[in-house]
Amino acid sequence: MSTQIQEESEEATETETETAPVERESPGDRRREAKRTASDQRVASEPVGEIEGDTFRLKVFRYDPEVEGKMEPRFDDFTVPREKGMTVLDALIYARDHYDTTLTFRHSCRQAVCGSDAFFINGRQRLGCQTQISDLDGPVRVEPLPHQDVVKDLVVDMEHFYDQMHAVEPFFQGDTPDGDLEEQRQSRENREKIKMSTRCIWCGACMSSCNIAAGDNEYLGPAAINKAYRFAMDDREEDELKEHRMKILDQEHGVWRCQTQFSCTNVCPKDIPLTEHIQELKREAVKQNLKFW
Amino acid sequence: MSQSYNRGLVEDFGRWREFTAGMWAWILHKFTGWVLVGYLFTHIAVLSTALPASNAASGVIAAETDVYTTTLQGLESLALVRVLEVGLLAVAVFHILNGVRLLFVDLGVGLEAQDKSFYASLVVTAAIVLASVPTFLEGVF
Repeated sequence: MSTQIQEESEEATETETETAPVERESPGDRRREAKRTASDQRVASEPVGEIEGDTFRLKVFRYDPEVEGKMEPRFDDFTVPREKGMTVLDALIYARDHYDTTLTFRHSCRQAVCGSDAFFINGRQRLGCQTQISDLDGPVRVEPLPHQDVVKDLVVDMEHFYDQMHAVEPFFQGDTPDGDLEEQRQSRENREKIKMSTRCIWCGACMSSCNIAAGDNEYLGPAAINKAYRFAMDDREEDELKEHRMKILDQEHGVWRCQTQFSCTNVCPKDIPLTEHIQELKREAVKQNLKFW
Repeated sequence: MSQSYNRGLVEDFGRWREFTAGMWAWILHKFTGWVLVGYLFTHIAVLSTALPASNAASGVIAAETDVYTTTLQGLESLALVRVLEVGLLAVAVFHILNGVRLLFVDLGVGLEAQDKSFYASLVVTAAIVLASVPTFLEGVF
């Protein structure tokens, strides 16, 4: 616990340099001198084992286009106390609340439902709220999602991802049944079939991990194709609608861009078998093209 | 929004240590594919010596001194060519085995075992190549 407070003061000096308080020379010198000796003493007296035991290093990507001197992307180090059950998101919140309030990242529900805190953690796309610190090797390195433009710190521009998601018309379009009280029934088997694909939380981890999507801006991406799968495979939608959906998918930049690297399936925080769904849509597209009757 | 920062291709080959099985399979499949395309042209170049050789007198062909036979024998006498042949076999065998794996992936069979099937194709390739070494390198060294 003691190390945490020490780090706090250390960090404080770092952030204060920007708004360097104008002080008369003598007190300022005295203050700096005192601080220097204090830090020297601290380094000398600090038992190494103690830091290793209950804290860990959090390396966070920083970038702020609006503040001069922060426009150059860099990594900031934070020392965060290790707690049982701590997630990467918890650590980020700790760093923001205790060290640097300008640290920016999206988060909301903290339970892998909202899909706002997908980061590039230790070289892999993961949800911050779902990733336990104890599962990671230190130092924990948090970066914004690759292949998306960084707006600030860990916040990326999701506009392109949302455009691709909307391109597949991600909403139910089946006819409403006749009669006021008539229900639109789905068979159990059909529900089971599309169950996994409905889990998508629009976090963008799959799109970020796909290196085909990185090189091809027109590619729909795993998330959008999975979304299309969810509706194309839904029996409650009519056949013409399915045909319409397949027309969007059966294109060079649709399902056929997938080259089965399984990157998306590996990183999906909701364990959606994305590659499987894409492959099934490919077969579906072929079947439809081979239909002569 | 003021401006944003493009970090470029973060997941480039500099991160090869973190690549997963599916990624390696994709890279190796592309690589072996291009090697095979390249080999195809050298293969055609060597085979095309058969055209002038076919015009040679039957005595020359019987004596195995025609341009086709001498070209092949000349190539086979080089140790480098023998080693490259082993490499070619490795490339072809992996491409075939991974192609079968991709066939199953396309059919939606065993997608959960895609990493294992990649490792299996690597192991089988290694076994076949090692078994072929005595045949290919016989009497070169």
